[in-house]
Amino acid sequence: MMEGCCIEPQWPADELLMKYQYISDFFIALAYFSIPLELIYFVKKSAVFPYKWVLVQFGAFIVLCGATHLINLWTFSVHSRTVAIVMATAKVFTAAVSCATALMLVHIIPDLLSVKTRELFLKNKAAELDREMGLIRTQEETGRHVRMLTHEIRSTLDRHTILKTTLVELGRILTLEECALWMPTRTGLELQLSYTLHQQNPVGYTVPIHLPVINQVFNNNGTVKISPNSPVARLRPIAGKHIPGEVVAVRVPLLHLSNFQINDWPELSTKRYALMVLMLPSDSARQWHVHELELVEVVADQVAVALSHAAILEESRKARDLLMEQNIALDLARRDAEIAICARNDFLAVMNHEMRTPMHAIIALSSLLQETELTPEQRQMVETILKSSNLLATLINDVLDLSRLEDGSLQLDITTFNLHSLFREVHSLVKPVASVKKLSVTLNLAADLPVYAVGDEKRLMQTILNVVGNAVKFTKEGNISIAVFVAKSESLRDFRAPDFFPVQSDNHFYLRVQVKDSGSGINPQDIPKLFTKFAQTQSLATRNSGGSGLGLAICKRFVNLMEGHIWIESDGLGKGCTATVIVKLGYSEQSNESKLPFAPKTQANHVHSDFPGLKVLVMDDNGVSRSATEGLLVHLGCDLTSVSSSEEFLRVISQEHKVVFMDVCMPSIDGFELAVQIHEKFTKRHERPMLVALTGNMDRMTKENCMRVGMDGVILKPVSVDKMRSVLSELLEHRVLFEAM
Amino acid sequence: MDAVAQWRNQWFDYTHYLRREGFLDDQFAQLKKLQDENSPDFVVEVVSLFFQDSEKLLNNMARALEQNVVDFKQVDACVHQFKGSSAWIGAMRLKNVCINFRNYCEAQNLEGCLGCLQQVRQECLALKNNLENLFRLEQQIVAAGGSIPVME
Repeated sequence: MMEGCCIEPQWPADELLMKYQYISDFFIALAYFSIPLELIYFVKKSAVFPYKWVLVQFGAFIVLCGATHLINLWTFSVHSRTVAIVMATAKVFTAAVSCATALMLVHIIPDLLSVKTRELFLKNKAAELDREMGLIRTQEETGRHVRMLTHEIRSTLDRHTILKTTLVELGRILTLEECALWMPTRTGLELQLSYTLHQQNPVGYTVPIHLPVINQVFNNNGTVKISPNSPVARLRPIAGKHIPGEVVAVRVPLLHLSNFQINDWPELSTKRYALMVLMLPSDSARQWHVHELELVEVVADQVAVALSHAAILEESRKARDLLMEQNIALDLARRDAEIAICARNDFLAVMNHEMRTPMHAIIALSSLLQETELTPEQRQMVETILKSSNLLATLINDVLDLSRLEDGSLQLDITTFNLHSLFREVHSLVKPVASVKKLSVTLNLAADLPVYAVGDEKRLMQTILNVVGNAVKFTKEGNISIAVFVAKSESLRDFRAPDFFPVQSDNHFYLRVQVKDSGSGINPQDIPKLFTKFAQTQSLATRNSGGSGLGLAICKRFVNLMEGHIWIESDGLGKGCTATVIVKLGYSEQSNESKLPFAPKTQANHVHSDFPGLKVLVMDDNGVSRSATEGLLVHLGCDLTSVSSSEEFLRVISQEHKVVFMDVCMPSIDGFELAVQIHEKFTKRHERPMLVALTGNMDRMTKENCMRVGMDGVILKPVSVDKMRSVLSELLEHRVLFEAM
Repeated sequence: MDAVAQWRNQWFDYTHYLRREGFLDDQFAQLKKLQDENSPDFVVEVVSLFFQDSEKLLNNMARALEQNVVDFKQVDACVHQFKGSSAWIGAMRLKNVCINFRNYCEAQNLEGCLGCLQQVRQECLALKNNLENLFRLEQQIVAAGGSIPVME
């Protein structure tokens, strides 16, 4: 630095050098000024820069250096003192800042260096994370594939669909060249190629099951890499140059319903496996990755489960179809049975009707014949005819009753009847037969036995008659005793009738009838058979019985219907029998009412007091007709009033008249209208006399009219004595008679 | 006794004849049954009543049929009554004629009605004679000490 001294620059010699210096200084200054600019620019651009003040410092340093060099430009030539001072100042500042910067850099540079190492470290970390990320993504994708595949597989219960879907999806996910499933044949000795990915219908291509490669796969829980040349893997014709891709095989357990125990998981001791073979595309140099193998294993398990579900479903479907078939068959059978029963009942009803009609004709005519004058031989013949036809009629009734009893369609006719007279009648019916055999029959009615009872009189009589009849039949000598009493609760319960629970009540009582005989007795072993129908014991005594075997069976059913019990005891052969019948009967309210005596059917026509004192009213405007009717009714013992006009009729009629006979064909009087008036006059049924219409023709119109006005009966004129008698008894018994011709 | 047996035989023959010819049917036997100690003349009474009634009815019918404008309904009513009565005493032939008569009435056939009326009169007369004979026989039997047989 030349201060105050004006040394002449030696321009010509050092001019070039000077010039170079000048230019360099200029460029240095330029660079020095532009560097901070650049720094500022780029730092501004970057978001993070921790050392801003360092930058400032550095910037200052550079700027000052630049300034120094710039000022240097002026010092090449003669310069004033000011320039020198400025130069000095600049240099001083520059020196200060530079030193400061130098000192600072000592601290900063290690920091910067460590930043670098950190950066490297982070980069490595980032790379590692990326790798892991890739792995997770792959795994997640695999999981997604598995879920999707499982969903596909599980969404169907059809076996073929399951397997096909598996192969297709696996092929797609893993981009396989070929995927195949080998199923064991029925014999279990071979594996048959069942499904492939690309061949539509693989022809039955089989390999024996005991190949080593197959055994290796079956014994391994997971996937096994196998050679592309093994028989199970040779699925596509290898066209020479291709390098076949890697092949992997996995076993698929085939589970059955029996494999699933309730408490255990299915044990894979099933021994039946299918083989799934997967081939990577050839010439691809792809390798099986772990996650792919895991995917394959999982899929194989899922397929096994899905197949077992499908199998279970198939089995249950088969069972259900079988049940449905059986149900239909049963239904048909039941309907057939019902039809058969209906047909049988119809047949029986028709046959019985057909059989009964001539039967009745025979019985009726024979009984009529009996009433005429006959020689003794003729009378005996007629009696035999009558007895036989009655027997036959009874048999026909029995058969019909039995069939109705079996169906449960028989209903008891509950009426009020005289209990005492029932037994007396049984007694009188049995006595003749018994006396022929020189047997004595004693009847003992208990003192507290009600006179009247409510029940089915006819069938009770039938039952008692049957039992007593049997006693008589099987007794050769000795006596038969019939004891009738009201059963008390203790005597009702019998150890022989475990399912008989008599219930005591105020409306009912249990009647107990005990029939003891001193006859041939019954073998105790045969007793249960007695009540089965058509079963006959083969002992000698019964050989001549001629019974159909139905009697006791029917009795038992009647007794059951009457909520009772019947049984027979015997001490053995030759020691007699005791038959006990218990039935439930109702108490009757009318204890002491004097009922009209039942007109016996087989009586000669000289008896007058059929209906003694029965008040009857006859209305007829025809004199002859009226006289004839009067004669009839007087003959039958009625207390008769007759009128011939409607005014007289309405005047005379009263509650006392039990029966009214009115001609409905009178031209001048409307009999029907009168009937309506009677109904209006006597509203209560038991006060009103019974109205019977007499008519000359029995057409539908007349019958309908009669029913319409409330007539209790219709009779066709002219009426015979017997007809009138039966009409009256029918009316009095049942309070209704419809149609007597 | 001989006479009684003879009368009885005659009675039997006569009743058989009446039955065969259709003059009487079973209803008559029924009527006979009603005859007993309490009403010994029941049959005779009824028969007499019948013939009295029939006189009246026949006169009514004749008068009705002689009118200019014949009231067939009235005639029909009479015939109906007549038929009923005949049926009660078992006069079968009479009853059948009455049925024909009613048919003509319904058809309003005057010729037929008149013809039937004539028939009815004839039958009535015949029946009356027959029954009188029968009753006379019975009286003779009773008078001779026998009992009237039961009609079958």
